Amino acid sequence: MAKSISHEFVKGLWQEIPPFRLVLGLCPTLGVTTKMEYGIGMGLATTFVLVGSNVLVSMLRNVIPSKVRIACYIVIIATFVTVVELLMQAFTYNLFLTLGIFIPLIVVNCIVLGRAEAFASKNGVALSTADGLGIGIGYTLALATLGAFREILGAGTLTVWGGQKVLDLVATFPDFQPFKFVVQAPGAFVCLGLMLCLMNMTGKK
Amino acid sequence: MREMIKMVIVLTVLSSLSGGLLAYVKDGTKDRIENQVLQLVKGPAIKQIFASASNDPVADRFSLTDGDRKLDFFVAKLDGEPKAVAFETAGKGGYGGDVGLMVAIDVTQDQIFGVGVTTHSETAGLGARAKEDPKFTAQFKGLSTIEPVKVTGDGGKVNALSGATITSRAVCLAATQAGETYQRLKPQIEAKLNEFR
Repeated sequence: MAKSISHEFVKGLWQEIPPFRLVLGLCPTLGVTTKMEYGIGMGLATTFVLVGSNVLVSMLRNVIPSKVRIACYIVIIATFVTVVELLMQAFTYNLFLTLGIFIPLIVVNCIVLGRAEAFASKNGVALSTADGLGIGIGYTLALATLGAFREILGAGTLTVWGGQKVLDLVATFPDFQPFKFVVQAPGAFVCLGLMLCLMNMTGKK
Repeated sequence: MREMIKMVIVLTVLSSLSGGLLAYVKDGTKDRIENQVLQLVKGPAIKQIFASASNDPVADRFSLTDGDRKLDFFVAKLDGEPKAVAFETAGKGGYGGDVGLMVAIDVTQDQIFGVGVTTHSETAGLGARAKEDPKFTAQFKGLSTIEPVKVTGDGGKVNALSGATITSRAVCLAATQAGETYQRLKPQIEAKLNEFR
């Protein structure tokens, strides 16, 4: 099958959108999507790590001995995760405090290691960059959607970035009662289940 | 054999490069991170304690070394005189780890002026109330810096938060340590305070 850069990029946005189609990286998907803002922040951090590790793994794919490849991937991924952690501390400290433990946990996010092993170690740098970017943006979109869904229903607000509420149902309609269950942990499973159901109803793999 | 050497070399080179990169980024972001922590973690606690100060205590600060630790002291002007300093201590033995406590000391009376919890990993609704409940922290005001601060159950004066005795003890411990540090550094603190007159 001929591979084109645009194909590798686009597939991550819908056809292989990580949490819904590949069903990978569910830990942060369930953990941080209580607000749309957190979903976007988490998604962007993951995208940065994903692109960085994909590029480096792809560049070094002929140098890394296959027996120690996983160790090498983990070193590369962990480096990028620590860089992201430091940058977030320096520039978006509040977001860093909220996402907390989920940022260092990107190291063991199956998507990142999965793309390094399944894609970047077998393909060129350009294709791997497109793949990382596509999957990363797809992941961000998925987390943002889930976050928006849960935030609107569960808190009656919508926060896109920097704590600014774009929508405040409670203030606009005083009768609106937030459905608190949705922002709690069990609600995350229910929402994810509903999203998966919706994804499976629209279009086949 | 050859393959093994290659594995060792690749891993070594990769790890060293990664270490170098991290050191570089850490160095580059150090000042900004310190600034952010000051603004967003320590700042609110300091401002709350020194609500009546006529200066900006976050801006007016100096540092001293206590043993091998570097401590930041925040100066507050009360009634026009630099009378109080605040600094952070860590109380060991909280329910979820160390409890960071900003302790302000009135230098003219050697008494605690006020305290505020900065960082903690205590349980929400129980230990976390140490940060949220002003009634709890208000009890520290006026306590001596010479005697150890204790909860009432241990023969002290502080009423522990109900359901969070362990957290309350950690906060008391942090306050006690602050008193000890203050007594140790008192001459240097007073000398530095004179510069702010």
